[in-house]
Amino acid sequence: MKLDANIPEGPIQDKWANHKMAMKLVNPANKRKYKVIIIGSGLAGASAAATMGELGYNVDCYCFQDSPRRAHSIAAQGGINAAKNYPGDGDSIYRLFYDTVKGGDFRSREANVYRLAEISNQIIDHCVAQGVPFARDYGGLLGNRSFGGAQVSRTFYARGQTGQQLLIGAYQALSRQIAAGSVRMHTRSEMLDVVVADNVAKGVIVRNLVTGQVESHAADAVVLATGGYGNVFYLSTNAMGCNVTAAYRAYKKGAGFANPCYTQIHPTCIPVSGDHQSKLTLMSESLRNDGRVWVPQELGDKRKPAEIPEDERDYYLERKYPSFGNLAPRDIASRSAKEVCDEGRGVGNTGLGVYLDFRDAINRLGEGTISARYGNLFDMYERITAENPYKNPMRIYPAVHYTMGGLWVDYNLMSTIKGLYVIGEANFSDHGANRLGASALMQGLADGYFVLPQTIADYLASLGSNHERMPIEEQPFVEAEEAVKTRVNTLLEINGKRTVDSFHKELGRIMWENCGMSRTKSGLESAIEEIPRLRREFWSDVKVNGASDTLNISLEKAGRVADFLEFGELMCRDALAREESAGGHFRSEHQTSEGEALRNDDDFCHAAVWEYTGDDETPVRHREELEFQNVKLATRSYK
Amino acid sequence: MATYKVKIWRQSGPNANGHMERHIVKGIDGDMSFLEMLDHLNEDLEEQGKEPVAFDHDCREGICGACSLVINGQSHGPETTTTCQLHMRSFEANNISEIDIEPFRARAFPIIKDCVVDRSGFDRIIQSGGFVSVNTGNAPDANANAVPKTDADTAFDAAACIGCGACVAACKNASAMLFVSAKVSHLAHLPQGDAERRERVQSMVNTMDEQGFGSCTNYGECEAACPKSISTDNIATLNREFIRSKIGPTT
Repeated sequence: MKLDANIPEGPIQDKWANHKMAMKLVNPANKRKYKVIIIGSGLAGASAAATMGELGYNVDCYCFQDSPRRAHSIAAQGGINAAKNYPGDGDSIYRLFYDTVKGGDFRSREANVYRLAEISNQIIDHCVAQGVPFARDYGGLLGNRSFGGAQVSRTFYARGQTGQQLLIGAYQALSRQIAAGSVRMHTRSEMLDVVVADNVAKGVIVRNLVTGQVESHAADAVVLATGGYGNVFYLSTNAMGCNVTAAYRAYKKGAGFANPCYTQIHPTCIPVSGDHQSKLTLMSESLRNDGRVWVPQELGDKRKPAEIPEDERDYYLERKYPSFGNLAPRDIASRSAKEVCDEGRGVGNTGLGVYLDFRDAINRLGEGTISARYGNLFDMYERITAENPYKNPMRIYPAVHYTMGGLWVDYNLMSTIKGLYVIGEANFSDHGANRLGASALMQGLADGYFVLPQTIADYLASLGSNHERMPIEEQPFVEAEEAVKTRVNTLLEINGKRTVDSFHKELGRIMWENCGMSRTKSGLESAIEEIPRLRREFWSDVKVNGASDTLNISLEKAGRVADFLEFGELMCRDALAREESAGGHFRSEHQTSEGEALRNDDDFCHAAVWEYTGDDETPVRHREELEFQNVKLATRSYK
Repeated sequence: MATYKVKIWRQSGPNANGHMERHIVKGIDGDMSFLEMLDHLNEDLEEQGKEPVAFDHDCREGICGACSLVINGQSHGPETTTTCQLHMRSFEANNISEIDIEPFRARAFPIIKDCVVDRSGFDRIIQSGGFVSVNTGNAPDANANAVPKTDADTAFDAAACIGCGACVAACKNASAMLFVSAKVSHLAHLPQGDAERRERVQSMVNTMDEQGFGSCTNYGECEAACPKSISTDNIATLNREFIRSKIGPTT
């Protein structure tokens, strides 16, 4: 596997401009001759489809939801970063670039991150022009707020629904292109394989989720905008349908998978209430501005929080990180919560929870002020838990939220398969080992509106306008379609005893225990043994009811869980091979005497890229060395 | 742990006859969400070798708008929220042990299977004009135009619509006026939406009619059912925009 990042020459601030000049263009009259398939309609997919349609390309976009407006980007709460420096507090493109590289614990590619920071301002301009109702101040200008990992206010927001408003903006732009005929939208459709010949993407195999029809579609380029894989843990803040299937199928066809072990565990989520739980709900990071995190000092203290006197409480973040206190970064706050719960000091029925207490803030500022700041979050908490957070402290616990790892892409966002592009959370490129708050929306839209539509032209132009697409009657399509149909039928024929969900839950438990907030060599090794056993059991004992020629929710889930059962093992292998702690990846063997993450820049200052070599073969680990020419490698400290 | 007598709509396909199917659902904790109760029922059905009940859901945090169930006769059930944010304690507290579950019913929302309906009519309404025609490129600086905060807030209140269709299901005419008015109102309150306001409102209203949604007769059931509290004030705005587009000045 050849990994050439294709980073343009020149000083970092000129790379993107130079590259845009160097790339080939497609003549406007020829654009419609090129067919591009886009899988996924979240921020990255919808913005890419809309922009490619506006430019005149011939676009087909697929999503598994009933409407492109529902992709999980919609659930992002906090905001979107940009280097506008409207508040005049010293922000700049360089500072956003620097903060993002540092926040990622020096495991991202400098040139990509700089381009992201450069484009950030254009995103805000474009979204405002679309009518996205960002928060404004009384003078009618845009408001900003602060987020973790930055000392400037650069986050634009739309109440607690920034993701929704940005996605609706992209959805509306996409809708305009659908009406214009430049984009054909296919809802309730799931990509089940990518068709590759001689390491060039030729098209996709898609299953219509309503009729069950398996179809082949040829294209000149394929774009995956299929999101993250957090649902490998079963419980996460992801939507129920989020899955790794498209990315994993591409991996099995030759696309390198980079840093699969980099997962973000968000510290403030509502704890699990019982075995029935199907998903976890995030409570915004902003709550830690006024809430104090604590647990009882005594093990197994079952008293009500109000009965525990001040000197018997352990405000552990304030104790361990006096200068950042309750606003310690996400990875550190999450690990600290796990530590106190592992010691047996966790709260709530399950013992897996810590208090986020607003008592002092309410006494100092009054309930009215707290309600004005966080009222909607307090209401949401009460709706889910039936506890009043004005009277009792909230209970929170970390939960899987975002995956920094993804398919490897070069500077052009092309994977190791020619003509297969990967954008948004599905790729690995910009966040290194830890993503800063309000940067996911920025990356999805940068990729979709501004990067991909430019870089893909260079590839399409190189094919030539007389280029012919591979007919779907040819062998690579026929084989791929046959394989998909066989797999679907096999799932239905096993007729075993265990439900799909029971396998998914068991996999989730293995992953959470061994590849979650802290990882050890022995735990990962045991997971690498356990997962194949579970996978074998799945293929001999899963029970999938119903038929293949109808809407079949068990069958959909079974296919996704089958891929998670392979992918989980790859994650564990990646976590085992990375003998260091960096960002969201914490290996217990690699920590300082004070329990902090200990990076190993000598041996691991690279992206690990996995190559599939066969179902029963160990995948091969390649590396893309990361060079830091503009930001100096340093240790993060929050003491 | 409570037990519920559930009657739920089963329909094998778009053209099949449907019926209410009875189930006893046991072991339900008050902390379970309504959809987790249905997961529990489906897990039971799967273990018995039966097909689970199909229903739409995705984010399970009240924002994607996929939920589309009528519960005991009300869109999204007895509380003002999406189905995924409704919890079983709400039934426990009111001593309700019988639950009837049906899909959103409207001519413009044909049933695909069980409780899954086709809401693509909403997408076609947006495609007919629910956008600002601006290509990705070099838009003017985001702060080039100040937008008064009250306008921005009013636009936001309308833009909060999640497109679930509870308004249509609750309306005895199956009207989509609240949905259409929310988008028209969102864009009409912002300078960016001004240039196309005449064409937008006419085109969206025409498409709404073509898609088979009914007329508005001001009952206000839509607002009562809306999980995002979209106000019927938007319908007044829509009517004003529509009349203005027909008789007002052309510039």
